[in-house]
Amino acid sequence: MSFSDSPTLEVKDLKTYFFTKGGIARAVDGVSFSVGRGKVLGLVGESGSGKTVTGFSILGLVDEPGRIVSGEILYRGENLVSASMGRMRELRGLNISMIFQDPMMTLNPVLRIDTQMIEAIQAHEKISKDDARQRARDVLGQVGIASPDERLRAYPHQFSGGMRQRVAIAIALLNKPDLIVADEPTTALDVTIQGQILYEVQKLCSQTGTALIWITHDLSVVAGLADDICVMYAGRIVEQGSVNSVLDNPRHPYTHGLISSVPSRNRRGVPLAQIPGMAPSLLKLPKGCSFGPRCPQVTADCGIIPNISMLDKGRQLRCHNPLDALVSPKLKD
Amino acid sequence: MQSALVVVIMSFIVFSGVFLVGDPVEILVSDDADQEEREMMIKSMGLDKPFLVQYGIFISKAVRGDLGDSFVFQEPALLLILDRMPATMELAVVALLIAIIFGIPLGVWAGLKPESLASKSIMTGSILGFSLPTFWVGIMMILLFAVLLGWLPSTGRGDVQIILGMPISVFSWDGFSHVLMPAVNLALFKLSMVIRLARAGTREVMHQDYIKFARAKGLKESRIILVHVLKNILIPVVTVLGLEFGGLVAFSVVTETVFAWPGMGKLLIDSIGLLDRPIIVAYLMIIVFLFVFINLVVDICYSILDPRVRLEDIKS
Amino acid sequence: MTIIENNPELMAEDRNDEENYEGAQTPLRRFLSDFCEARLAVFGFFIILVIALVAIMAPFIAPTDPYNLATVSILDSRLEPGEAMMSGTIAYLGTDGAGRDMVSAMIYGLRISLGVGIGSGIIAMLIGISFGLLSAYAGGKIDSVFMRIVDIQLSFPAILVALVLLVTLGKGVDKTIIALVVVQWAYYARTIRGTALVERRREYIESAVCLGLSKNRIMFRHLLPNCLAPMIVVGTMQIAHAISLEATLSFLGLGMPQTEPSLGRLISNGFEYILSGKYWISVYPGIALLITIVSINLVGDRLRDVLNPRLQK
Repeated sequence: MSFSDSPTLEVKDLKTYFFTKGGIARAVDGVSFSVGRGKVLGLVGESGSGKTVTGFSILGLVDEPGRIVSGEILYRGENLVSASMGRMRELRGLNISMIFQDPMMTLNPVLRIDTQMIEAIQAHEKISKDDARQRARDVLGQVGIASPDERLRAYPHQFSGGMRQRVAIAIALLNKPDLIVADEPTTALDVTIQGQILYEVQKLCSQTGTALIWITHDLSVVAGLADDICVMYAGRIVEQGSVNSVLDNPRHPYTHGLISSVPSRNRRGVPLAQIPGMAPSLLKLPKGCSFGPRCPQVTADCGIIPNISMLDKGRQLRCHNPLDALVSPKLKD
Repeated sequence: MQSALVVVIMSFIVFSGVFLVGDPVEILVSDDADQEEREMMIKSMGLDKPFLVQYGIFISKAVRGDLGDSFVFQEPALLLILDRMPATMELAVVALLIAIIFGIPLGVWAGLKPESLASKSIMTGSILGFSLPTFWVGIMMILLFAVLLGWLPSTGRGDVQIILGMPISVFSWDGFSHVLMPAVNLALFKLSMVIRLARAGTREVMHQDYIKFARAKGLKESRIILVHVLKNILIPVVTVLGLEFGGLVAFSVVTETVFAWPGMGKLLIDSIGLLDRPIIVAYLMIIVFLFVFINLVVDICYSILDPRVRLEDIKS
Repeated sequence: MTIIENNPELMAEDRNDEENYEGAQTPLRRFLSDFCEARLAVFGFFIILVIALVAIMAPFIAPTDPYNLATVSILDSRLEPGEAMMSGTIAYLGTDGAGRDMVSAMIYGLRISLGVGIGSGIIAMLIGISFGLLSAYAGGKIDSVFMRIVDIQLSFPAILVALVLLVTLGKGVDKTIIALVVVQWAYYARTIRGTALVERRREYIESAVCLGLSKNRIMFRHLLPNCLAPMIVVGTMQIAHAISLEATLSFLGLGMPQTEPSLGRLISNGFEYILSGKYWISVYPGIALLITIVSINLVGDRLRDVLNPRLQK
């Protein structure tokens, strides 16, 4: 394997636990995946499935009482789990950046946009304020903000939600990172804005070769954007593979349930399938397969946590009773 | 507009309140004075007229800047107070600076590490600062630093230099040593308050997404705290401190009494003892003006610090 | 729906949840256990109990009666701690300028300080609750007039307002209480109005209105109980504040008269002797005052943490 083929990021058996008063919450429990240059990985799951914590783990931003317990996060071969705080700070924003879910909350309300952009550049290189401002202006233009000069002097509250998210994306792009972790960046936005932003992000990734981890609960976003997909449930990845093969032919009952519960135009009138029950509390997971209690295929075997089984074409699955290869509905028309 | 109304209403309340106070003639006239001398006295002070007439005279003079003559000193009350004002202002400003310079760092630190021992000590200390009655702390400071250790002078103001037309004492050692104890004493309560505000603000801000986002940008922790956190917590701290400056001036009544600091608060307490009505009224009127003025200044500062307020002003 | 009803696994999970609820504590228990987590606050609470007991039992505990002029002798004045007085009683904490045994004077002083603080606090609370609730419930003009008054009053420091009042009224227990009530009521009124405005929009008030209950009943039986938590916190803090304020006023020569010295007046009396090194007359009453106020504040501080829903996880 030559250097250029090696993945930008490789996560191996990552475990991030939260040591709370009520017990240990295994928010991320043995997650492995990798993203290559210019590739987009979709990390899909319900709220509380550990996908956001996975994202924060990569940037070393897990808050107390959470902690990475074991596993490796290899960024170009460098293990971030054992990296020092100082090294992590160097990498953050320069090599790996993140876009947060709620654009209304990610920009500091009392600082001007230019301050918040220039400091992100100056944190990583010795550059004059004017040059930094110039670059900030260019990137703002790139993400589709009109009259960036004027906008730089504004405060966040003078922007709409969509505009703020563009600013946040611009900040993430400022230092041309190799990897962007995007945590549901379009969930809080209107559908039309969402489309624009998706398009721009996709374009930027293919142009610059930036790897992208797109965290979302929205399968339709992943379907149009990602190359690969990981489906998370209660801290574990239950199924992963290329986006087409997983969505066209889900083998895990949970993935199947997720796909079936997406309303679709061509299935009008047919009652929408749903996954019964609620995502379990991480503090008291069911014994064995966490999805067991909600699973229509559940058997006695499910009392033991299923191992990962490798299928063809790099697909992985964590299930005792996988679905057959043919009964799957199609998400894409 | 509302401020003007407040001033008028307060003037009436203050005047009528003080009007009811004892009989100043009793104190001012010597015991062996006869009835005629007494009546002369009453007439010369204008105390024989009905209450409303006295109030009318007071108001018409007040708008011309005349708040009456002191019964005791036979000088304009306003001048007497303005004469003492720089001393009080100096004390209050030094106290305010102490509260800010020590309060904000301690509070931010306590907010950053809420579970640490240092943080818990700071917070317990601030409860103590809230609980300790100012005057008693002042007495204890005199006992410790002046009587037992002999480090600092117990009372008075010390050397004074005229700087920009105002008598100021902090720039000489003698003056500074005199102002130190009273200022610390006066600052103690506000210090506790600043610590609590800064801590609460820091704790709240640290949990905000924009702090995590700032970290994700790779900013140094020092920049996050000094710029992102500090600028956010300064808004409530400045607002409250500004509003509390009036409180400092008012509370200096106590500190000035303990340390015999020659400010207007000491003058007020002395005048209460002597039933010197014009001074009491003039002091209270000046305080009312001061409060109205401070509210204005704070509003302006607030809009400079918080961009969101500025926008709303432009809109409206 | 049918899936949920027919799925035995789901039913099992539901049962799990129920078990969980049974394990949950009652609100009072949770409150107590939360409160007791801070040992300092529990300690403060016991100190308050002891202090209250001492104050109530003053005539039985105090070695001498400091108000009885027949037994107080000027010859005993300014005795050092541990010296014996004319009557033979040992003054463990010395005597003051008038020859009163400091221990006794402090116990009686504590009684006055606590009485004035708590008395004024309760009266102010009742007045504040009435005005605040009425203001929140009536809304409109009544509300804005009340709140304007409250705002103006609160913009002036308590010490000044009390000072002016006492200059006007003169000295005495009753007058001090009046001054402290005037100073405090606005805090209570504003606090309860704020809470009541939030609670008023809740559904249970709407349903009470729909049931046709009388205004008074809704205000005092439905709205008030739901607004009490912040009142308890404010009340605790205010009582500490009132005790401190009374002491300060007495120190300034206003408030309590010389014949019925509160702790503040005792400290004030000792102040003139402090430069000559006769520290005990000011120091000991001050410590008693301090312990009282700190204990109340410790409890109040903890109450605020426990009762504040915003801070609960």
